[in-house]
Amino acid sequence: MRSHRLRVVGAILTVGALVLTACGGDDDDGEDSAPTGVDDTTSGSGSGTGGTGDTVDLTQGSDVTIEVVTHGQASDPFWSVFKKGVDDAAKELGVTANYSAPDTFDMVAMAQLIDAAVAKEPDGLIVSVPDYPALQDSLAAAADAGIPIITVNSGSDNYEEIGAITHIGQDETVAGRGAGARMAEEGATNVICINQEVGNAGLDARCNGAKEAIEEAGGSLEVVQVDLNDAAGAQSTIESTLQADTEINGVLALGPTGAGPALAALNNLGRTGEVQLATFDINAEVIDAIAAGDMSFAVDQQQYLQGYLPISFLKLNSTNLNTVGGGQPILTGPGFVTADNAEQIKELAEAGTR
Amino acid sequence: MTTTSATTATAADVVSTTDERLARLSARKRLLVRPEFGALAGAVVVWLLFAWQADSAWLSWQGTATYLDRSAGYGLTAIAVALLMIGGEFDLSAGVMTGTTGMFAALFAVHSGLNLWLAMALSLLIALFLGFLNGLMVVRSGLPSFIVTLGTFFALRGFNLWLTQQVTDKTQVTGIVDTGGHDIARKVFASNFVTIGGVGFRVSILWFAGMVVVGAWVLMRTRVGNWIFAVGGNRDAARMSGVPANATKIGLFMIVAASGWVHGMVVLLQTNRSNVIEGVGQEFFFIIAAVLGGCLLTGGFGSVVGAGLGCLILGMTQQGIPLAGWDNNLYFLFLGIILLLAAFANEWIRRWARTASRPTVDVPDTTEVAHAAATRSTTDD
Repeated sequence: MRSHRLRVVGAILTVGALVLTACGGDDDDGEDSAPTGVDDTTSGSGSGTGGTGDTVDLTQGSDVTIEVVTHGQASDPFWSVFKKGVDDAAKELGVTANYSAPDTFDMVAMAQLIDAAVAKEPDGLIVSVPDYPALQDSLAAAADAGIPIITVNSGSDNYEEIGAITHIGQDETVAGRGAGARMAEEGATNVICINQEVGNAGLDARCNGAKEAIEEAGGSLEVVQVDLNDAAGAQSTIESTLQADTEINGVLALGPTGAGPALAALNNLGRTGEVQLATFDINAEVIDAIAAGDMSFAVDQQQYLQGYLPISFLKLNSTNLNTVGGGQPILTGPGFVTADNAEQIKELAEAGTR
Repeated sequence: MTTTSATTATAADVVSTTDERLARLSARKRLLVRPEFGALAGAVVVWLLFAWQADSAWLSWQGTATYLDRSAGYGLTAIAVALLMIGGEFDLSAGVMTGTTGMFAALFAVHSGLNLWLAMALSLLIALFLGFLNGLMVVRSGLPSFIVTLGTFFALRGFNLWLTQQVTDKTQVTGIVDTGGHDIARKVFASNFVTIGGVGFRVSILWFAGMVVVGAWVLMRTRVGNWIFAVGGNRDAARMSGVPANATKIGLFMIVAASGWVHGMVVLLQTNRSNVIEGVGQEFFFIIAAVLGGCLLTGGFGSVVGAGLGCLILGMTQQGIPLAGWDNNLYFLFLGIILLLAAFANEWIRRWARTASRPTVDVPDTTEVAHAAATRSTTDD
């Protein structure tokens, strides 16, 4: 009986120790990433992991904390540029910025991340709004809690209703129309639009905007769905679509995660340059392709600004009660990257800020 | 287990050893070998970890509401998935069902002009039919449910996207706000049931709690619960001892689909639109919650309360990481470690419980009873 009890106690202790060690270990990971990872997390938060050297440096006497919640998945290169804007601004201005995003395009999870951000009672909230109905309740709660909000990237239609100070981004339908008109001008009549993030209303708006412009010019546009986390699968989908319909003479990608596979597909089929390829948003690969003439243009929304500007606006709002924009949105795009300016932008993209 | 040993075990033997066993088990041991013990310990540890790391935000009502809401999001389907796993099957289409049911309800209401409640009822019928189909294919073909429901999952995922785009030209169905019955439906599925300290707690938390209570009661206190354990332990033996094995399994698939419908309605009314991608990728979280809660992948063993605690662990982890200001890219790392620890701990406790002294309290029991009974009935023939 006695040995029995000892075993029971032993079991409890071992399990407890195992779990505790593991959790402790993970916690260390969290803290370690703060000093090394300016790229990764702007800082350990004030309320969170506790004071590491860098946190103190970054906050420099000011204790402004800003929560950033986007739908940007960590695997999407677009958002790493956005996040660099957030991190650079936070570092320069001495504020603490915490970035979070759901692991997949899951709006219920994103709403809950907004709830979590509100629970931390920050001095400001920066949020992307790719799906307003889904985030409505959580955003209303944030506004009710008196937290200054700036919407970024997507949300140009909803920022006023949310009560945000301003919106920083581009109007997706306008950008889509711009891209479609330009493609039609350069001769594309039969276009496929590559959607790499099914369910993102902003991407739907881009395709639909492009469709309107191309149809007005007498052409047609079909949407092809691919998965941004499966580049090889996306490439073969695009390849077979192009093979199935040789009339297609234009491909519009909605981001680098779609443009990369589209470029590879055209290379494989030996139809680079013959089929017009354009994309939204840029990365090093896209810029190289434009410079080489394999791609005709990219619609650039300069997402670095979408990360950088709201941090500085909210810092000013918190310390100086400034509001920027006069109730109007601040547009960071669309700008076009073409063969003319690709070389200069390339250097900046390599530094991770374009 | 060999036939000879089973043949020698008479029902009387089983009954007598059961009595002996009950007399000998210490209270502590009984606690330790319960399937939900590991999950309970894990939930407490995770809660304490974040209470320490995210202190005021974690302890606030807002913080509490957000992790309970997240946990409920998993639990609405995971409780039924746990029952199904105890019954020896998987359902990989449990996640996509959220999107499918939401899509059908929204399409019927917005584009067919039906009252939202009628649309929701039709959507439930479709869900039950899909669950029935899953179950029927599994029991008739004898194929692993993993494969069969993987097929259903992909088929539904593609179908959701295709139908939504056909009808709306977008990847969402919007407009249910203006349909008849929306206000009450939102009250039932997506309102706050209580407001504490200015913070609303979502009604999905009540649904989740209700499912845990009903699920636990069915599993532990009813004949159907015994059937579930029996078909999960050994289907043939269960059938031979008079358990309606096929009906039980099909019923379980239908319960999972119906739970997916509840989850779908909660998401639909919370977000006021359906989205083709809704729920895709969630199916493994339901299984993880069940495993954290002590369910065996082989079936025949597990706990509904444990699965509920498993959902809490998932929800607390997912919300705790941003609340603590950690890099939220760590979520999957953390989740993987917790899952491994839980699986090791569960296995270890079970093995220890089996070898520490003669009596055992787990897996083989149900099968032995069923098997003994089964063998007896065949010998009687």
